[in-house]
Amino acid sequence: MSPDLRTRYLGLELSGPVIASASPLTGRLDDLLRLEDAGVSAVVLPSLFEEEVIAEELALSASLESTSNFTAEALDFFPDQPELELGPERHLRLLSEAKERLNIPVIASLNAVHPGSWQRYATEFVEAGADAIELNMYSMATDPTRDSTVVEAGYLEVIDAVRKAVSVPLTVKLSPYLSSTAHFAAQAVAAGVDGLVLFNRFYTPDLDLVTFGVEPTLELSTPADLRLPLRWIAVLRPQLPGTSLAATSGVHSAEDVAKALLVGADVACMTSALIKKGPAHVGTVLDGLEAWLSENLYESVTQLRGSASAAGVEDPAGFERAQYVRLLTGARRR
Amino acid sequence: MDGQWACLDGNEAAARVAYALSEVAAIYPITPASPMGEAADAWSTAHRPNIWGAVPGVIEMQSEGGAAGVLHGAVTKGALGVSFTSSQGLLLMLPNMYKIAGELTPTVLHVAARTLATHALSIFGDHSDVMSARMTGWAMLCASSVQEAHDFALVSHAATLRSRIPFLHFFDGFRTSHEVNKIKLLSDDEMRALVRDSDVKAHHDRGLTPDAPMLRGSAQNPDTFFQAREACNLYYDAVPGIVADLFDELAAVTGRRYRLVEYYGAEDAERVVVLMGSGVGAVQETVDELVRRGEKVGVVVLRLYRPFPAEELLAAIPASVRAIAVLDRTKEPGAPAEPLHLDVMNALVEAGRSVPVLIGGRYGLSSKEFTPAMVKAVFDELSTPSPRKRFTVGIVDDVTHLSLPVDADFQVPTGAVSAVFFGLGADGTVGANKNSVKIIGEGTDGYAQGYFVYDSRKSGATTVSHLRFGTDLIRSTYLVEHADFVAVHQFNLLEKMKVLELAKPGATFLLNSPYPADEVWGALPVEVQQQIIDKQLAFYVIDAFKLAREVGLGSRINTIMQPCFFHLSGVLPEAEVVPQIKKAVEKTYGKRGRTIVERNVAAIDRAIEALVKVEVPTAVVGDLHRLPPLPAGAPDFVRRVTAKMLAGEGDLLPVSAMPVDGTWPTDTARWEKRAIAQELPIWDSSICIDCGKCAITCPHTAIRIKVFTPDALEGAPEGFLSKKYNSRDLPGHLLSVQVAPDDCTGCGVCVDVCPVRSKTEVKHKSLNMEPAIDHRDAERENFEFFLGIPEIDRTAVRHDTVKGVSQLQPLFEFSGACSGCGETPYLKTLTQLFGDRMLIANATGCSSIYGGNLPTTPYSTNAAGRGPVWSNSLFEDNAEFGLGLRIGWQQQHGEARRLLGQVRETVGTELADEILGADQTGETGIQAQRVRVERLKAALAAQGAGPDGVGALGRLAMLADELVEKSVWIVGGDGWAYDIGYGGVDHVLSSGVNVNLLVLDTEVYSNTGGQASKATPRGASAKFAAAGKVSAKKDLGAIAQQYGNVYVAQIAVGANEQQTVRALLEAQAWPGPSLIIAYSTCIAHGIEMSTSMSHQKEAVSSGYWPLYRYRPSEDDTGHPFHLDSKKPTTKVKDFMAEETRFSMLNRSDPDRAAHLANLAQADADERWRLYSQLAGLERTVPHEVAVAAVEDAEANGSAPSSTPSSTQEDRA
Repeated sequence: MSPDLRTRYLGLELSGPVIASASPLTGRLDDLLRLEDAGVSAVVLPSLFEEEVIAEELALSASLESTSNFTAEALDFFPDQPELELGPERHLRLLSEAKERLNIPVIASLNAVHPGSWQRYATEFVEAGADAIELNMYSMATDPTRDSTVVEAGYLEVIDAVRKAVSVPLTVKLSPYLSSTAHFAAQAVAAGVDGLVLFNRFYTPDLDLVTFGVEPTLELSTPADLRLPLRWIAVLRPQLPGTSLAATSGVHSAEDVAKALLVGADVACMTSALIKKGPAHVGTVLDGLEAWLSENLYESVTQLRGSASAAGVEDPAGFERAQYVRLLTGARRR
Repeated sequence: MDGQWACLDGNEAAARVAYALSEVAAIYPITPASPMGEAADAWSTAHRPNIWGAVPGVIEMQSEGGAAGVLHGAVTKGALGVSFTSSQGLLLMLPNMYKIAGELTPTVLHVAARTLATHALSIFGDHSDVMSARMTGWAMLCASSVQEAHDFALVSHAATLRSRIPFLHFFDGFRTSHEVNKIKLLSDDEMRALVRDSDVKAHHDRGLTPDAPMLRGSAQNPDTFFQAREACNLYYDAVPGIVADLFDELAAVTGRRYRLVEYYGAEDAERVVVLMGSGVGAVQETVDELVRRGEKVGVVVLRLYRPFPAEELLAAIPASVRAIAVLDRTKEPGAPAEPLHLDVMNALVEAGRSVPVLIGGRYGLSSKEFTPAMVKAVFDELSTPSPRKRFTVGIVDDVTHLSLPVDADFQVPTGAVSAVFFGLGADGTVGANKNSVKIIGEGTDGYAQGYFVYDSRKSGATTVSHLRFGTDLIRSTYLVEHADFVAVHQFNLLEKMKVLELAKPGATFLLNSPYPADEVWGALPVEVQQQIIDKQLAFYVIDAFKLAREVGLGSRINTIMQPCFFHLSGVLPEAEVVPQIKKAVEKTYGKRGRTIVERNVAAIDRAIEALVKVEVPTAVVGDLHRLPPLPAGAPDFVRRVTAKMLAGEGDLLPVSAMPVDGTWPTDTARWEKRAIAQELPIWDSSICIDCGKCAITCPHTAIRIKVFTPDALEGAPEGFLSKKYNSRDLPGHLLSVQVAPDDCTGCGVCVDVCPVRSKTEVKHKSLNMEPAIDHRDAERENFEFFLGIPEIDRTAVRHDTVKGVSQLQPLFEFSGACSGCGETPYLKTLTQLFGDRMLIANATGCSSIYGGNLPTTPYSTNAAGRGPVWSNSLFEDNAEFGLGLRIGWQQQHGEARRLLGQVRETVGTELADEILGADQTGETGIQAQRVRVERLKAALAAQGAGPDGVGALGRLAMLADELVEKSVWIVGGDGWAYDIGYGGVDHVLSSGVNVNLLVLDTEVYSNTGGQASKATPRGASAKFAAAGKVSAKKDLGAIAQQYGNVYVAQIAVGANEQQTVRALLEAQAWPGPSLIIAYSTCIAHGIEMSTSMSHQKEAVSSGYWPLYRYRPSEDDTGHPFHLDSKKPTTKVKDFMAEETRFSMLNRSDPDRAAHLANLAQADADERWRLYSQLAGLERTVPHEVAVAAVEDAEANGSAPSSTPSSTQEDRA
């Protein structure tokens, strides 16, 4: 009998442990359908970035207004478009279309900036049919006057506000730069999130040597990037037994998924590998996982999950060590 | 829309009906009719049905001639066809109009009547265009208001179907086409009531079909043509009756009653005015007032002009009338009288009706104001013992003394509240005022009218909005002269414009002021203070910019000023002000996203509380005055004429001040100091590398470079900067980069392109934008000094480098083009290279507007008085016009050479041979030839021959200057070169004649507002291609290359300045035709215009706009095609994403946008593949033929009969 791949994430029953995380690939309905066909068990739609929404609206408005009603020969310079899909509308349409066409759960992702916006957009997501909401806590703590407790309190306020506004499952995509990850994770759960996604990969600025301008970049992940979420999921799994955990960054292969599950993730999120190899790669990963489980005599994903978390390994300190410790004597137990 | 009231302009009023009653619309943009076609296209794109439930097909053509052809075809097939046009566009339709009428085919042409170009182009309104169509056999119906434009559109469509006579429905350009007024909309049922299905069917059944074959358009001979031409008479006889019936039917369904000819005024009138068009409103108001004063006056209004309703006209003129003045809004020089005057005269004579006084006059040409005071002047003239038979009104004719004196103090009371708003194009004033008109007109029982006056300059353009609000229909078809409310939305306009002259005593004055109420007084020019005191104005201030910034609206202050207006004016109940404006904001901005709506709502909520009343002192303070309009030293003509126009007093100039033939002096833009920049580029000489990029790319010629010897710095102002000039050619020289502080628009292009950065702070460049207020005074002094530094010797500077060219004196400066314009750098560079010997033929469009729209022109002269000559013939014929300039010169040049050969011995053989054999391919050669020509003139003078054109010597003296080479440049936009003028472009390219064509390719009709041309790329959303242009851009360069002997280059100055310079030089050097296609960034692209130049790099790096030069070669193994740009390294998709013209489609139809973007990428890929292959192509111009042709042309001053030589060396 083939191993049972089913898992549970944010209270949602999923057909397998691989979900597609927010990326351009989840931004088009055609691709979403291909992802579903290939076997992803849930999709996270691209984040709605409130700053982007506002910037886009302002830029379009400025472009149209600065060229209207200033010359006798032309009252404006652009054709009247009957329907312009701006701001959240694009996301909401994708969300409702995805809900209509897909059978797997659809998770909406949000990064707002203004007080009140988090709840407003979250409510709109729910109205459009989101099965769950991922809060993409994306802000850089660059203000020297705000200490870490203030920053974290801000995050918790958002979670609290959204929790009160909507009843669908909530998850929060954590920053890897929190000074006390475990403490914050526990607080987030206390504030009402049902799951944690580890970790957010921030856009990192590069410098253009021709223009001397700051250019945003985001490199695709490599399998090496999985190590960070592996460590923290291993640590958090026993601490937060009832909380869903998702591993993201560096999940490229069946082996990577197996590792994520072993340390305690409920799901492994894939992006870079799918962008590189296409949605069909999910099928290869799931087949590989199934083979690996069979080979290692696991009956199910549920059985595998967390078996090598900090609570399950012989040397839990290994997850916490900051440096490699050279052992002078003794062979390592296999 | 059934039965609703709406506030809209005349164009939309007509277009709504035209669209609803048509199946096919063939369109082409022309001011002021463009909005009708645009509306039809937009509705068709949105699948709006006509009254039969079908969506009309709308097609843009390459010209009005093309549109008329399509129209003719569509109606010949039995479809319901319509078109819209104006002015020269109507003239291009005339040939087909004769055909359509001759075939008794129903159709309607809606015309926003506009001045025909004569001594000058004018976009404004009169009847000279429609009067040129009165012989075509089309019926002509004239609407005089927005409501009538709506109603008469219906009557025209119904009447054409009933009568079979095509209808030209016209209304006055701008005054009616652009006036926003409250009208009652026709419902579909009302339209159906007049347009009978049986008439539609009859039209359909007459359509050609192979199912019942017929022939139309035969050629006829003397035996039958004449009789056949008379066979239509009964149809024309029937038209007046049909239109009268339809007026009755319209009245029956709507209650609005019109007649073919209407009389308005005293029943026992003795004096009447006859006219048609928008002037009717002003005349009716005046008649009311004069009748109230006991005068026996009236007005006869003509609705149907052709067929001329003589009987109805006679019937409309009261029997008591003793004197008639017929007013024509057109001029037919040499005619016995103007057309309407002749028609009235004829009707009276034929009827044997004697009226003791019948006079005729012209009024309102090119939208000249026509006011009640002028109307009264006409009635007064009729009262004089011997009225002038012919007169004009509205101008001062001190030459032929035809003009009537006007009592400027005469006013008519209208009961409406009038308001005038002064703003900038970019601040939203006009948009808000259009909304205000709608709020009153559509939200209340009241009436409202809006009319908007725009600047002729596009950068820093001012707008003046004239609004009226009242409880009765507003008929005042003239600007507000006595306002109850004056708002100034930009504080600095107080120094530049006369604003409070329009305020009534006791009026309200609202000022957007950065100064608080208790400080503002001293900041006002004393003239403004005096007006406030004298007129006892209620004066309010608000710091709208501060509030706009606080709520995140930047510099958009419209939704802040608007509530203040309503609050202060009382035209809307106080409780309704905020809710109504919010509703309007939701309607206007709702489509642009929640953020914009929310921020505007926040602005509205805070506006009224930010308003403060100023306690007006009893006396003026300070010595701040309005800026003098002109600096000292301006020439006499500029002082007498240009200065008045700049001061907004052009209306006061008499006929004697005007050039009789439309010839104006150049070199005038420098006298207009507008000081519109908020920030100025300030030079850091310490890090400048002398590259010249700032100067070559500056769209306004406001960054100048001079190279000079140190002694030139004597007397320099303290802050004047210079640096060592790094050049082996000019050792010991200094270089200065100087901004023209009053001419700079603050676009920021120079800073954007500056390649040098401080080693300690990368954001600091050699040029940096800084607040103008901190630098203007010092830079004025510096610029004045800079101008006095002698220009560099043109032969001492390399003309083939950017650094060198940037030092040459530009003879194109300070144009009124849009800030950051992508076209103007090319023109400026051309004038630096060839300006002193240049003739420019300029197609109508942006370049003709910033090039030749008065009051000033940017084309200037050098110290020797030489500079470009410039002329605009038309839009469609520019290539041919330029060819004519060249052929004309060649003839003169050839004749001078012939004569010189003939008198060789007399003037000295050595000199003559030197002149005849001179090499004039470079600057040195040109200058040497000029010296020789001066010697020749002296030699001729010594022989007693002056330039009198008499005898061989006299003729040679007259033509001597033509022995110096001239450079002809044929300049225009893509609308000209790709569309309307393409036939001419093609022919000129095929001619072999040495002319240079420069296509300023903005990929869209820029001047008329962004309509698609065949240069518009695939995927761009333009007007007439709102859903994204489906077809790929036409490759004009590739087509031209097929001739083999045409020099062709594709350039983008912002991407590669050096390649641009090289191409311009090569084009000039090539002795045959040259075509340069220049990428020109435009506000219609939707980019940040400060990156207008640097953004071109992405156009090139993505392969969207490859750079190349095709140099015909006589070498058998020559490779004429040089690719100057590298293989694409970026994606077209990424380039497109940065421009609104592409990205807005992404927001309206993402799937289609993605599809078209993929195709656009494929277009670029394929183009690159093609060009890469062309770069390997061997091709030759047959040598002997070429040389013979050129020699023939040079010697005889005529076009070569075959291909020219390519033997010219590359001077670059």
